[in-house]
Amino acid sequence: MGSVTNSALEKEHLVHHDHVHHDDDHEESFITKYVFSQDHKMISRQFLITAVIMAVIAMTMSIIFRMQLAWPGEKFAFVNALLGDKWAKDGILDPNMYLALVTIHGTIMVFFVLTGGLSGTFSNLLIPYQIGARDMASGFLNMLSYWFFFVSSCIMLASCFIDDGPASVGWTIYPPLSAVPEAMPGSKLGMTMWLISMSIFVVSSLLGSLNYIITIFNLRTKGMTMTRLPLTIWAFLVTAVIGVLSFPVLVSCVALLIMDRSFGTSFYLSDIYIGGRPLDNVGGSPILFEHLFWFLGHPEVYIVLLPALGITSEVIATNSRKPIFGYRAMIGSILAIGFLSFIVWGHHMYMTGMNPFLGSVFVFTTLLIAIPSAVKAFNYITTLWKGNLQFTPAMLFSIGLVSSFITGGVTGIILADSTLDINVHDTYFVIAHFHIVMGLSAIFGMFAGVYHWFPKLFLRMMNKKLGYIHFWTTLIFAYGTFFPQHFLGLAGVPRRYYTNSNFPMFDNLVDINEICTVSAILGGLVQLIFLFNFFYSMFRGEKAPQNPWKSNTLEWTTPMANIHGNWPGALPTVHRWPYDYSKPGKEHDFVPQTVPLEDGEHDGGGH
Amino acid sequence: MKLLVLLAIVLLIIAGHQLLRIIELSRGLKKTTEWQVTSSDNDRMGKIMVIFMVLFFAFFFWQAARWNERVLPLASSEHGLKVDALWDANMYLITFVFIVTNFFLFWFAYKYRGLANRKAVFLAHNNKLELAWTVIPAFALAFIIIFGLKYWNEIMSVSDKADKVIVELYAKQFDWSARYAGKDGKLGETDYRQISGSNSVGMDTADVLGNDDVIVRNEFHIPVGKEIVFYMRSRDVIHSAYMPHFRAQMNCVPGMITTFKFVPIKTTMEMRKDPYVINMMAGINKQREKFGEEPVEFDYLLLCNKICGISHFNMQMNLIVESQADYDAWIAKQKAFKAVAVKP
Repeated sequence: MGSVTNSALEKEHLVHHDHVHHDDDHEESFITKYVFSQDHKMISRQFLITAVIMAVIAMTMSIIFRMQLAWPGEKFAFVNALLGDKWAKDGILDPNMYLALVTIHGTIMVFFVLTGGLSGTFSNLLIPYQIGARDMASGFLNMLSYWFFFVSSCIMLASCFIDDGPASVGWTIYPPLSAVPEAMPGSKLGMTMWLISMSIFVVSSLLGSLNYIITIFNLRTKGMTMTRLPLTIWAFLVTAVIGVLSFPVLVSCVALLIMDRSFGTSFYLSDIYIGGRPLDNVGGSPILFEHLFWFLGHPEVYIVLLPALGITSEVIATNSRKPIFGYRAMIGSILAIGFLSFIVWGHHMYMTGMNPFLGSVFVFTTLLIAIPSAVKAFNYITTLWKGNLQFTPAMLFSIGLVSSFITGGVTGIILADSTLDINVHDTYFVIAHFHIVMGLSAIFGMFAGVYHWFPKLFLRMMNKKLGYIHFWTTLIFAYGTFFPQHFLGLAGVPRRYYTNSNFPMFDNLVDINEICTVSAILGGLVQLIFLFNFFYSMFRGEKAPQNPWKSNTLEWTTPMANIHGNWPGALPTVHRWPYDYSKPGKEHDFVPQTVPLEDGEHDGGGH
Repeated sequence: MKLLVLLAIVLLIIAGHQLLRIIELSRGLKKTTEWQVTSSDNDRMGKIMVIFMVLFFAFFFWQAARWNERVLPLASSEHGLKVDALWDANMYLITFVFIVTNFFLFWFAYKYRGLANRKAVFLAHNNKLELAWTVIPAFALAFIIIFGLKYWNEIMSVSDKADKVIVELYAKQFDWSARYAGKDGKLGETDYRQISGSNSVGMDTADVLGNDDVIVRNEFHIPVGKEIVFYMRSRDVIHSAYMPHFRAQMNCVPGMITTFKFVPIKTTMEMRKDPYVINMMAGINKQREKFGEEPVEFDYLLLCNKICGISHFNMQMNLIVESQADYDAWIAKQKAFKAVAVKP
């Protein structure tokens, strides 16, 4: 059926090109071109810009609560200006608002920036381009995917402006805290809006993911076998499969929570006395919620990370002017990570009262996932070895990604070990771990993608020097923010504390918190360099040549214009894998995938 | 607020304007297009890679050296010592991996920076190498898994000691209480519907086993050298009973009874005389002096470590570890539930 679709699309195109010039074959109104666009490139841009805005909001939130942690009780006019008298009287952050900021920061970063933003931008942009397709399998569903994302973003942001404040029970929304409105103000309307927003988000994610999978399986151009796909596409494919299999579980998890909240059921509730009265709910279990939540929650980590790793694979190979080392091992690792990500969720629950034997099983499966992760890290490093490294800003961010992937990954080995998890569970050690993996690695992958594919996104180049400054300052301040938090965890500081000042045992950690906060503020400010570069280059950057990075993949064979259908004539035919960089006996140090194999030439890394 | 936003926008525009001029000036000066990476760019970036690596490692060792005296003291429980030993072994291993791999990453970035005339080697894969770095991590992980699970099973096994102290930790927004089994050695049944002002932990008054139970708040005591079996309950939302000095933690889940056990090996007084603790407390009291607060002595603590609402950050109870004799004397002074409950 897929090939039928493709050839049908193809036929439509040939007809068009036979009769009319391509520039005016799709006369579109402003609305269909920029708002309800069905073109994958426009949808990609919509996702990216929405994600950038969401990221700025979530980062500002984090700076506000980091200031509270470093200087509890201090008055900040700026906090008062942003949050108003209700939530920051005299500039002192309210404890409820602290928890709200922590919750919304986490939710936005994990879902709206690193899931919607990362996959939405780059899967949409690169899948049709790199597999040689005119567009996504269903442009209409793709458009819906973005607009559901947009609506859910709006609901999430709107929840910040209601009277009781937004959801503030932590992004993991464990009941009964999230189920019983009497438990805290942030468990009232704000929580309902969070649940609605996330349900809509899942619709967006599913529409997108199904589209990505169908497109990759059915719309590859002639010669583009699965083992000639760039690793980006492999990563997006597995990410989409994980999303399709795990997000529906979040919906069911959320649906049961909505039932408990609004319709008196007891899926997650039992034996609760709150607000001066016993509740009628008996027989439910919060542990059930945790299982359902983390059945999505852990694959989600890889939904966040795999696209970043895919982008890095492509950027590192191109800019090392070398084939990615161990292409098939990389595919195997992506598949292994994808599979294992479904059987490790219990490592979030060692201390929840879950049967300890079940915990042992999860220790085993979780540590297994370190093997494909290690293979990937080693392969990246070996790709650099004896390369001819071109330090574009994208390349720098990719190297930064590998560094932080290792730094954050090794502490994962500690946390996966249930015995060692006992004492650092839910402490700042965990915060340090997952921020170095997600806040550094995944975000660096996103930056690498933006710098690398900016020419395809906006047909212009970003400024290199600003990119350099942005990278080095970001790397330094990001490590400066999160590395010291390991030590806070070793001192036993729990996460989600409004202040540590109620415990004398944490008084000697004040300066560590200050280092984190100062780094976070500076790290936030240097993002202005990126924002400027991004928006300035969008309109006034240098015009991009067709293949600025001398890359092999198909997206660089399209003209530098936003053509509906991507290629003006027939679709390109693929003759080789995407990593023929510096191949001996070739005139240039790159051989695009469209160049036919010579007599006796081997494909896929053979000489 | 509007003023501030306006100010931010104005500042942004000014900063943008300045940057813009710099860019456009530099663009005019150079023949190559700005975005193109030259070999001098590569040279400079490669060198910064090495400088960054050195600074990064220096930062790591600086933190480890400087803050080593601020992390939790050596475990005060039997199993905790094993946890600490395992922790150290794992930490050495991952620190080694962290340093070696980061070293190669940044070193290669420097060494193979794209200087003029450099040619990359066409190397697509090497099965032996790839096998090696699949198998070696697998062995290292096997070691980690085996030791981790051995201790895990020991820590989580059901107590088989006859001579033990049973303590129930009861969590509610936002404080703790502890319930002791009393003379009969058995905790009475509970029923959350019977919770009231005089029955804060929801004792089932029909169960006579509970009559001699002892309920305390603010501070609880346990004897040193004896196995303490904790049962955890919660009244309202999930809390987590975290006793970091003992490497002990377990969530308190409404509708469930969870459990954790450990043998304390150091009394509170012994800890106060421990050189590491003395040094740590000196640091703490120095900071407190700066804040203008009273100096404190070391105390074991029970903290809540699962987000539970507005005062999550202040949900704590002191824990005193003392000799059996002191403990006996202390528990004898506490009133049994019946005696407390009868008084209206």
